[in-house]
Parts: sequence; C-alpha cells; structure tokens
Amino acid sequence: MAEPRRSPWPEAVRLLVLGTLGLLFLMPYLWMVSASLKPLDEIFRASLSLIPEGGGTLRNYLRVLSEVPVLHYLWNGVVVCAGILFFQLLFAVPAGYAIAKLNFPGREWMFGAVMLGLLVPYHVPALPLYVAFSWMGILNTYASLILPSVISVFAIFLFRQFFKALPDELIHAARIDGMGELSIVWRVILPNALPAATAFAIFSVVAHWNDLFWPLIAVTGHDRATPALAILYYRSEEAGDDFGALMAASVIMTAPLVVAFLVAQRRFVEGIATTGLKG
Amino acid sequence: MRGRPGRAEALAGILLSLPAGLSYLLLLLMPTLAAVLLAFTDYELGAPTIAWIGLGNFEELLEDPGFRVSLRNTLVYVGIVAPVSIAGALGLALLIESAARGRTLFRAVFFLPVVSLPVAMATAWQYLLHPTIGPVNAFLRDIGLSGPAWLTSSDTVLLSLAFIGIWEAIGFNLVLFMAGLTAIPRELHHAAEVDGVPSAWERFRLVTWPLLGPTTLFVVTITLIRAVRTFDSVAVLTQGGPNRASEVLLYTMYTEGFTFFRLGYSAAITLVFLVIVLALMLLQTRVLDRRVHYG
Repeated sequence: MAEPRRSPWPEAVRLLVLGTLGLLFLMPYLWMVSASLKPLDEIFRASLSLIPEGGGTLRNYLRVLSEVPVLHYLWNGVVVCAGILFFQLLFAVPAGYAIAKLNFPGREWMFGAVMLGLLVPYHVPALPLYVAFSWMGILNTYASLILPSVISVFAIFLFRQFFKALPDELIHAARIDGMGELSIVWRVILPNALPAATAFAIFSVVAHWNDLFWPLIAVTGHDRATPALAILYYRSEEAGDDFGALMAASVIMTAPLVVAFLVAQRRFVEGIATTGLKG
Repeated sequence: MRGRPGRAEALAGILLSLPAGLSYLLLLLMPTLAAVLLAFTDYELGAPTIAWIGLGNFEELLEDPGFRVSLRNTLVYVGIVAPVSIAGALGLALLIESAARGRTLFRAVFFLPVVSLPVAMATAWQYLLHPTIGPVNAFLRDIGLSGPAWLTSSDTVLLSLAFIGIWEAIGFNLVLFMAGLTAIPRELHHAAEVDGVPSAWERFRLVTWPLLGPTTLFVVTITLIRAVRTFDSVAVLTQGGPNRASEVLLYTMYTEGFTFFRLGYSAAITLVFLVIVLALMLLQTRVLDRRVHYG
C-alpha cells in the first residue's frame, strides 16, 4: 500500500469510531459463540455477560455432534461446491478462450448470449428446472444441486475479458510448438489466468456454500442437505428453542468459510471486489 | 502456419464453446423462456391439464392483497437497506482509507458477514433479538426500557429484517468503495490542496466524489438488486409473518410455487421480479451513458 492520504480527522477519533462500530458489527458472532458455550439455564437467565459462568461448557457441541451427522452435511457442502466449480471452469474456460481469441462462426452470437444471460437472476429459471428435475426423478440428488449452476455466463464473461488481454504471441508460440487448441487452453491459457480463476473460485464457493434458495427447492430430507439446510432442519426438528445447541450448530457450519477467509483475507477481498459485478 | 488455418480455427472455436453453449441452452435459456411462458398459463404441479390464460395471472396479481403487501414490503425494505448500506459503506471506506493503522483489520471485521453462512447468522440474530432471553432486550431492560418483540411483532419485523440486511450488505459495498478509492491518484488531492482547497469536505466534493462516480453507480445498482432479491432472512426468521408483515417478493414467489405448487402464478411473480431487476440494470446503463463521464 502506498502512503495514505492526509487524514481530515484526528487518528484517535478515527480509531474510536471504527472500533466502536466494528465491535457492534461483531456482536452477532460474539453472542453466537458465547451462547454456544453456555448451559441452557444460563441462557434463559438472559444475563448480559459474554463470558459463561464457570468457564463454559462444551455440552452443546457434543449434543450437536451426537444428534446430527455434522460431517455428512459439511461433506455435502464440499461436494456441491466442488462439483459446481469444476464444471463451471470446465465449460467456461474453453468458451472464454474461444470467444476471446478464435475466429469462428457464431462467435458474436455466443458473446451476445453471454451478455443476455448476465441479466437473468438465477431465481428465474428455478421453476421450470424444478419441474424438469422432478419429472426426471433427480430431485434430492447431488446432480439436482449441482446442475443448475454448472453454466456460469459470468465466468465466461470474466475469462473472456481476461484472455483478451493475454498477448497473441503466447498462443502463436504454442501453436508453432505443435500444441492443439485444447492443450493450449489447459496448459498455456489457464496457468496464465490463475488470478482470474482464483477470484472466480472464491466468488463461486462463497455463493454456493451460502445459498439457501435452490437447496430449499431441490432437496427434502437429510441425505443431501447442505450446511444451510442442515441448520434449518436442526432448528425445526431437534433444537427448537434450545439456543445453546442451535448456536453451536451455527458456529460449526459457519466456521469453514470464515476460517478460510481469515487465512486468505486479501485473496477473498480481491476476489469479491473483482467479481462484485454479479453479486 | 499450417494449411487452412481458418477452418481449423473455426472448428476449434466451435468445439471449445460447445459444452458451454449446450448447457447454456438447456439450463439457462430454455428454462428462462419456459418460466416466461408459464406465467401466461394456469399450470399447477400435478394438475392433469394446462391452459393458456393470457394475462390472467397478472390480473389476479393486481387484485391479490397478499401480493400487493409483498411488493410494498419489498420496496420499503429496499428503501431502507439501500441508502443506509451505501452511505454507511462510503463513510466507513473514507474513514478506513484516511490512515494506515488498522486498515486490514477493520476491512476484515466489516466484511465478515459477506462470507458467513446467512442461515446461521439469521439464527444468531434470532437469539440476539429474542424478546425475553435475547441480549438486546436484556440490555434495554437494564437501562429501563422495554424492547419490542423485534421479529414477531408486525410493527418492527420489517425494520429488524432491514437492519440485518444492512449488516449483511455494508461489508460488500465497503470493499467495492475501497477499491474505487485506491484507484484515485493521490496526487489529485495534493494538487487540490496546493490549488487552495483547504477543507477536507471541499476536497471530497471536488475531487473524490466525482471520481468515485462510476463506483458509486455500480454499488447503487448492485445493492438495489441484492436487496430486491432478499430471501434467506425471511425464510429462516419470519416465513413472511406475522400476518404477511414481512412477506417479500421472492418469498411470495417461493411459497406460491413450491408450497402451493401454483407454478403459473408463481412464474408471473418471477416475471415481475425479473422486470424490476432488468429496469434497474437499464437505469444503470442509461446513467452510465450520460452522467458519470469525466474524461
């Protein structure tokens, strides 16, 4: 970072305001963790102490782990996110390369279709997809969770922009070396597009790990429930008003992405900033 | 060059874009068109027949008090969330960017909700805002006030959801504004100072604000669209209640389609939703063409 601008307000005021607001922003996390460590009677006393009396208890976590297949839900989340990302890259990288660098009939059409697709929120095709999946009998499967997202026009758009900026000489050199177009895509273009691919991967995983709308439609029952659905089920079937257990479940399901974010903060922020476009 | 490079290249281009093209057709274009067509039918899941009823669904929408409430709630929600989360994020971005200390830490703190599972955080808010055992009302009791039943009273439910919406949106907008601010050359501020613009506010008004124009427009559009499609917090916390006081567009579409299986009617709501989103995007392009050029 370069030297910052001259500040129009005293540093102490800046830190005080940001510190106070920051603390307020963290309140849901602090209370979530605090309640997850408190026994039920302490929660019901509604004391304003964040620190549990007597150092807290891990009973809530043990209860969650014994009542629900936590690992299974997390695994479902991983399978769905990884499956979606794999196909998104598999389809979008070659298409982005073709539209950016190759002359072929229909190229303008492809690009027009991509721009058109960017306008449509993913909620719009949901109804017909549900009917089709129900008719095919594939609701409640990984396929039903993954399929609607395997095509990302946003990814095609992003890669097309990125590949356009790559020098043509790179491709010419590879062709002279006798490489086919397919190996150019995966062995020359993709390694050079890693920043864009990383940004998109973060965007995609955050979006699909956190999504509730489509899983709620495509899945009923625990077998293929994603972490988001798991919390919803746990609240209605087991925890009810037991906020200690519910908060423990919430902490467990939120932790993977939050930890990943804390470890690779800069990449996450850059990833979301460059892909902010699609929201 | 090998022989007939043109045809080889054309063939490669077609083959490489084929998987994307096919899945686009099957999973995006056709279902979208089907949703549009469905909006003009009386289709219900499991019904033996399907009939074209023209604008029938839309006429019903106009007279459906539930839909009117849903549309109104959505507008109120967007009307609170968008301005507060945009202005708040801009203020925070300026404050954070004005000095080096704590920049990364504060950005991380405000950004945290963006990467947190919304369903989980909604349950955390449910606990926080619980009328009897929630810390918020416990705190209010301590200072002698009695807090409302935030999420279960029809007077406060939409406001509470909007507050959660702001909490979720601010970090996202903050990151976009910070990216926009870093792109403004620092020399311009120095130049303005040398040219005799002494007050920070004037420098903001004359230099930062105009140069931040494209970023702001972008943030405004994206925030409006994201607020229009709010769904998670309603589905988890209120199911549109009490008494439809927190019913919003996408949640109405979801219940009509996937609870009552009135797919035609639900598709009509989807179409209204799509038109709103398209209008917002069109507005952005229009303004972009006219106003925010600084060349």
